[in-house]
Amino acid sequence: MTGYRLPTGGRINRAAPLTFSFDGTSFAGFEGDTLASALLASGVKLFGRSFKYHRPRGLVGSGSEEPNALISVTRGPGRFTPNLRATNVDLYQGMEATSQNRWPSLKFDFGAINDRLGMFFPAGFYNKTFMWPRSFWEKLYEPAIRRMAGLGQAPTDVDPDHYAATYAHCDVLIIGAGPAGIDAALEAAATNKRIILIDEQDELGGGALSDPTLWPWLERSLKALAASPNVQVLARTTAFGYFHDNFIGAVERFTDHLPGIPHGPREKLWRIRAAEVILAQGAIERPLVFEGNDTPGVMLASAAKVFALRYGVAVGQSVALMASHDSGWNDAFAMAGAGVGIAAIIDVRDVVNEALLTKANGLGINVRLGHSVIGVRGRLGVKAISVARNDGTAVSDITCDALLMAGGWTPTVHLWSHSKGSLAWRDDLGAFVPDVPNENVRCVGACAGTWNFGAGVVVDVLPTPKDPARLKAFVDFQNDVTAKDIKLAVREGFRSIEHIKRYTTNGMATDQGKTSNLNGLQIASTALNKPVTDIGLTTFRPPYTPQTFGALAGHAKGALFQPTRKTNIDSWAEEQGAVFELVAQWRRARYFPKAGEDMLAAVNRECRMVRSSVGIFDASTLGKIEVVGPDAAEFLNRMYTNPWKALEPGRCRYGLLLKEDGFITDDGVSARLAPDRFHLTTTTGGAARVLNLMEDYLQTEWPDLNVWLTSTSEHYAVIALQGPNARKVLEPLVEGIDLSAEAFPHMAIREGTICGIPTRLFRVSFTGELGYEINVPSAYGRTLWERIMAEGARYDITPYGTETMHVLRAEKGFIIVGQDTDGTVTPFDAGLDWAVGKKKADFVGKRSLARPDIVAPGRKQLVGLLTDDPNMVLEEGAQIVADPNQPVPMKMIGHVTSSYWSETLGRSIAMALVEGGHSKMGQDIFVPMPGKTHVAKVSSMMFYDAEGARLNV
Amino acid sequence: MILIHCPYCDEKRAELEFAYAGEAHIARPLDPSALSDEEWETYLFIRNNPRGRHHERWRHAHGCGRFFNAVRDTVTDKFETTYKAGEPRK
Ligand SMILES: [Zn+2]
Repeated sequence: MTGYRLPTGGRINRAAPLTFSFDGTSFAGFEGDTLASALLASGVKLFGRSFKYHRPRGLVGSGSEEPNALISVTRGPGRFTPNLRATNVDLYQGMEATSQNRWPSLKFDFGAINDRLGMFFPAGFYNKTFMWPRSFWEKLYEPAIRRMAGLGQAPTDVDPDHYAATYAHCDVLIIGAGPAGIDAALEAAATNKRIILIDEQDELGGGALSDPTLWPWLERSLKALAASPNVQVLARTTAFGYFHDNFIGAVERFTDHLPGIPHGPREKLWRIRAAEVILAQGAIERPLVFEGNDTPGVMLASAAKVFALRYGVAVGQSVALMASHDSGWNDAFAMAGAGVGIAAIIDVRDVVNEALLTKANGLGINVRLGHSVIGVRGRLGVKAISVARNDGTAVSDITCDALLMAGGWTPTVHLWSHSKGSLAWRDDLGAFVPDVPNENVRCVGACAGTWNFGAGVVVDVLPTPKDPARLKAFVDFQNDVTAKDIKLAVREGFRSIEHIKRYTTNGMATDQGKTSNLNGLQIASTALNKPVTDIGLTTFRPPYTPQTFGALAGHAKGALFQPTRKTNIDSWAEEQGAVFELVAQWRRARYFPKAGEDMLAAVNRECRMVRSSVGIFDASTLGKIEVVGPDAAEFLNRMYTNPWKALEPGRCRYGLLLKEDGFITDDGVSARLAPDRFHLTTTTGGAARVLNLMEDYLQTEWPDLNVWLTSTSEHYAVIALQGPNARKVLEPLVEGIDLSAEAFPHMAIREGTICGIPTRLFRVSFTGELGYEINVPSAYGRTLWERIMAEGARYDITPYGTETMHVLRAEKGFIIVGQDTDGTVTPFDAGLDWAVGKKKADFVGKRSLARPDIVAPGRKQLVGLLTDDPNMVLEEGAQIVADPNQPVPMKMIGHVTSSYWSETLGRSIAMALVEGGHSKMGQDIFVPMPGKTHVAKVSSMMFYDAEGARLNV
Repeated sequence: MILIHCPYCDEKRAELEFAYAGEAHIARPLDPSALSDEEWETYLFIRNNPRGRHHERWRHAHGCGRFFNAVRDTVTDKFETTYKAGEPRK
């Protein structure tokens, strides 16, 4: 094939020449060209190498169906896009494009040795050959195959572009702006409906763009649509998926066709909800299957016509046609009219419409009926074809530099199938067409199987005198699947088309079998000797064409990936140089390093100060729920394990919450403010889950209870003041509350003011020290914090973070739900029997605590661990074994859940879930870690002040 | 993305606003302690997994916050109806 630019014709702008490069060589084209049409016009035949055999490949199609011409375009760091179809790439000045899957060059490709060894790559080759041993697959086969076979390189730099996203709603969404889609839009435009018309190409018109007789109609129609205020037209927009309830995903491309690095978003994701969808996606011509059909220069007749009439490019000097369908003849006639030399028309049919013959004769075209192409000469481009009568006789050669295939048409039913509409087989078309819709959708035009392309016959493989076992006749060009691969799969026992597809990989490439599915099906049908309808069609799934990850991610990346929740005090911590960590979506200060301190030094200092004087901690992230109503106490009594009805107003209680399966799901200290009002706290990460659980029981199990639940997590800032000097710091600031130990004991709540701010003041402790948690309206959080810091200065008040909070609570054996429990831990496993109301008839999860496997011995129980080496801090998550001398794999009896250096105790401490842990007190267990197995003794979790003397002061 | 009709808001809203909440019409026994281990196991773990009509619960989590019941076809993924909690099985 030696393509060239026709002297006239096409929709390109000949007054606007462009230059670009392909594999480093400079080329010229025009505004309105695609990369494919411009290269073709420059005489380029070779566009890529095939996936498996590295066979030289040229263009097959002219649009989204193109299987071969996958190329990469770069516009600088991070702006490298691989695997683009050259037929879909709009040319711009200065474009830099490269071919893929070849080394060292497209013309001389080392990987083509795969082709010479082609006999070793039959269907199921990967499955058969690389099964065993597993390590060979990971270390040898996969890396080697990845180097040799494959698509373009994945980009390695961060994508600097940004991507927009929007929702849209309309009455009628029309997908595809060919003649059928435009007619549908014009008809709908006459109503007062809101209409969106989208098309994947740069120009609307579809098939009309390659039919100059329709150009005046097209211009009039587009003007009419542009003048209709109720019609929104989106070009360069691909509807890639059709989801439930007429919800369509589409990507609009803004900048990929512009030179340089353009401003603005690169693409926009449209999420469109339509009352009615009209699919006008057209149809794709089907290749024919014969020896050499993948030679560069063998392409679809319809594509060659598009190149001639839309882009003004002849695909060759002397072009032959192999047809089984009338449409190819008409395409050849149209091309002849545009000045393309037609060498011959070969048709597999013995008889064709007389009018076609007359017209061919009139144009002086050599016609052979009842013949088929049986071979193609030329490796890097067609030089001649070998033709024979269908009975294998009368073999002759025809010189040509391009060969067109016209194998009939396949309606584009991808989106229809996404929407779960059913398909019906039509023998006359040899194709599936839309049948019963599953949504409010209809198909119009060629995608509904209504077209005026003429008639044809369906042939699975063209007749040939050659040995079918040696035939290299391709069905799926992109995945290198041949007709004999499909036949082999059938011989090996595959019956379902879904299995044949996966075994041969037919239709599994990035083009999703747009040109190969139906031919593959026909070949399987013949091999199985069953009608196509008994074999079925494989499933189409989104996306219709590959889309960028950028478009799907949209704005949800980097800092915008998800919101970061910050407390009112967060800004203070940031100014102090706190190191932060994320807890659920909350950003929490982890520790407050002073100059020269690492984490351990900072945490040790913070721990010392809390235990010896006073520390201050931002506990605002605690989940909070206000429970109000005459039945509030009854409700909590049913939800929590412990009794609530007798709790007096002004007192607090530690609440343990199970799910109905008996496992701990949350905990927290809650206070009764009044007979009908409770202030609940939950874990930081559990707030939403707990509210949902409580709402569920309240709404659906006990709707008779008169209770209201309100999330108040963000309404209060909570400042924890902990340490022996906590009361002294508070005393000058608080009004209306007697802070004395007698008047305000541990586990009590009082309401009053602090620095003039109304407060709910809890006397509670998660550290084991005298402590308070001061709740004030969120907006006052930082103000109050700074007042307390000023007041506490004389006691060296020390801000501490979550790390110190974790260490201090572990010294006291307080658990953290989700760290020391994992959804399989009961109150008994956690040593929290005391928090379970034994006399209560019922609470959520109670019945499960008597289930056989919950009371069975040998459950994992939460215990303390003290390493023999006091300086050894175990790794959290480390596995525990009873016998360190067993052969691998060893029996694990548990794992470390929490582990810290305890500055207070001058040694390491840990908590662990261990099988039968409660009965192992004092026994040695073993913790294998990298380099060494450590010995530890099972202990109580109460490492410090077990009698609670420091609390009750 | 499915559209779901909330029987409390009486509006069809996008699936994003809702949270699935398991099979419907499984009432918590009034006196769990009276149940045998097998009966409790059935209540706790055993669920229908029908091909076709499925009675299930949803919560209009990012709307009115109410739990309600629905009948959805597990083959077509289409909702047949939704109705308020406490109403008889449809
Ligand atoms: Zn609602």
